[in-house]
Amino acid sequence: MSGDSLADDLTRRTQNAPPELLSRTFFFVCAALSIATTIGLIVLLTTEAAKFFTFSAPLVGVEGETATVVEFLTGTEWQPTSGRFGVLALVTATLMVMIGSSIIALPLGVGTAIYLSEYASPRVRSILKPGLEILAGIPTVVYGFFAIIYITPMLQPFVPGLGTFNMLSACIVVGIMIIPMVASISEDAMSAVPEELRQAGYGMGATKFEVSTDIVVPSALSGIFSSFILALSRAIGETMAVTIAAGSTAQFLNPFNPATYTERALPMTAAMIKLIGGDVTGGGLAYRSVFAIGITLFVITLAMNVISDYVAQRYREEY
Amino acid sequence: MSDNTSEFSADAGDGETADPTADDMVIETDVASATSSSETTTTPDPIIRSRDLDVFYGEEQALDSIDIDIPENRVTAIIGPSGCGKSTFLRCINRMNDRIEACRVEGELSLRGKNVYDPDVDPVALRRRVGMVFQEPNPFPKSIYDNVAYGLEIQDVEGDHDEIVEQSLKRAALWDEVSHQLDSSGLELSGGQQQRLCIARAIAPDPEVLLMDEPASALDPVATSQVEDLIEELAEDYTVVIVTHNMQQAARISDKTAVFLTGGELVEFGDTDQIFENPEHDRVEDYITGKFG
Ligand SMILES: Nc1ncnc2c1ncn2[C@@H]1O[C@H](COP(=O)(O)OP(=O)(O)O)[C@@H](O)[C@H]1O
Ligand SMILES: [Mg+2]
Repeated sequence: MSGDSLADDLTRRTQNAPPELLSRTFFFVCAALSIATTIGLIVLLTTEAAKFFTFSAPLVGVEGETATVVEFLTGTEWQPTSGRFGVLALVTATLMVMIGSSIIALPLGVGTAIYLSEYASPRVRSILKPGLEILAGIPTVVYGFFAIIYITPMLQPFVPGLGTFNMLSACIVVGIMIIPMVASISEDAMSAVPEELRQAGYGMGATKFEVSTDIVVPSALSGIFSSFILALSRAIGETMAVTIAAGSTAQFLNPFNPATYTERALPMTAAMIKLIGGDVTGGGLAYRSVFAIGITLFVITLAMNVISDYVAQRYREEY
Repeated sequence: MSDNTSEFSADAGDGETADPTADDMVIETDVASATSSSETTTTPDPIIRSRDLDVFYGEEQALDSIDIDIPENRVTAIIGPSGCGKSTFLRCINRMNDRIEACRVEGELSLRGKNVYDPDVDPVALRRRVGMVFQEPNPFPKSIYDNVAYGLEIQDVEGDHDEIVEQSLKRAALWDEVSHQLDSSGLELSGGQQQRLCIARAIAPDPEVLLMDEPASALDPVATSQVEDLIEELAEDYTVVIVTHNMQQAARISDKTAVFLTGGELVEFGDTDQIFENPEHDRVEDYITGKFG
């Protein structure tokens, strides 16, 4: 090959060829669109929420003024039609869903992941993993009905005074709903643990249980934490199942007292559904409160994501 | 999980195993034919013995009728071209082959007279007496201390763990480099240090046999010679079986050499000097002098 033709070969041509330019533009537009949508949503949420807090005119059907930010964030009574906007009543309900569903989903999810990754034969795994994904694909409204039709009646003999609608069933059903997510993401993290580490463990005379708990789980910790955070975000954002199962009555309950889980409550998402689906007209105070709840929810979820990133950094897998 | 009741596990679960000496084991495995050790003889009785050992991966045969007697407290090197079954043989000794689904073992492989493939043998207990060091350094993502102490913890070894960890790191010639950073992650060490850490980890619970599968092949020359020195020292107290594809290494550090050749055959086994200076088989001579393989 002569020097000249080599020089020709090396000149820049591919970078600016039309197909290259075209695809680059296309992918840029895709990325820009999703970012623009996100920014648009944040702006909408913020401005509408701001309108809620600055509302001053007396309203038809609403006595009194709007809530101040402090009243909104510290109030414990949620009665939008009578001007009571204490979001804590909703936040605590959401917290109950988080706590209750985690108690079910985290251990079962991680246990399932350990089983799939360390114990199951390839054949069993090839059946169970898609099975989990099917579980994850069931519409959440089905879970809601599953809660009131099966779970609550099943619990009633054991839990005295349990009404048709209650937080317990809501938590259980959300827990079941997020198990596949915990299991699937944790299993991915565990499967990514190098075989050499397991070999090292077995070579030391560790049992399968010891290898799983001492080596695989700690090595996959950041992935497991990520699965927790994602699952919790899902539990917070879950709407249909809790709206159906929990009974749509806003109450300020203590999430750390197990007895309160037999009560009805109204998590944030369910409150928004109720406001939009009920007797709310555009422009009114109650309508605007949807955005105030929305931005609160957004901040909580954002915080979860930040924590998740921090945890993933901190416990990064290094093998 | 660990309360299986085979002869091996009975031994492993018992407090006295802090110092499992040769005689202990013979008494505990009440095998009539136990070749009892008289420690004064110059050629010790074999600690590992195989007869007619065949290994298959699915339909493919990886080891063909291996007969070998590996002496105690000596370094035995296994050499041979790649794919001839060296690793496979090593994994038979501590039954790491169990983890490979396609793998099937036939014939006898005994540790002190007890066939490790007998149905009553617990591989977990077996591996507590036969330590292993792998080709790639594979420290746990834990602290240096926890790496070395891991075997002590899962095996409930009695005694002062701090002391044993220190001793093991000293024997692995790593103590001076890491004594001030025992709490930092084992993964922060260099490759050679990691491999010595893995050796310290393997010897901490005081196994009887140490299996090493090309332990220096991923290391630079300086680290390699450190590991080699270490292996020679370890042979004073341990039976070391080391796979290597490096013939100089085998010649330098081993007392006995086994030459496996393609087809999974053990072609020649004898004193290292004799194998390298005056091999019986032409194929072995060809291999050693680099004519093939
Ligand atoms: N996990 C396995 N599954 C199937 N075949 C294997 C496996 N491990 C090794 N083998 C086969 O067994 C033979 C011996 O392999 P190995 O013991 O790794 O050789 P060596 O260590 O001497 O290079 C090779 O033909 C190899 O392909
Ligand atoms: Mg090999």
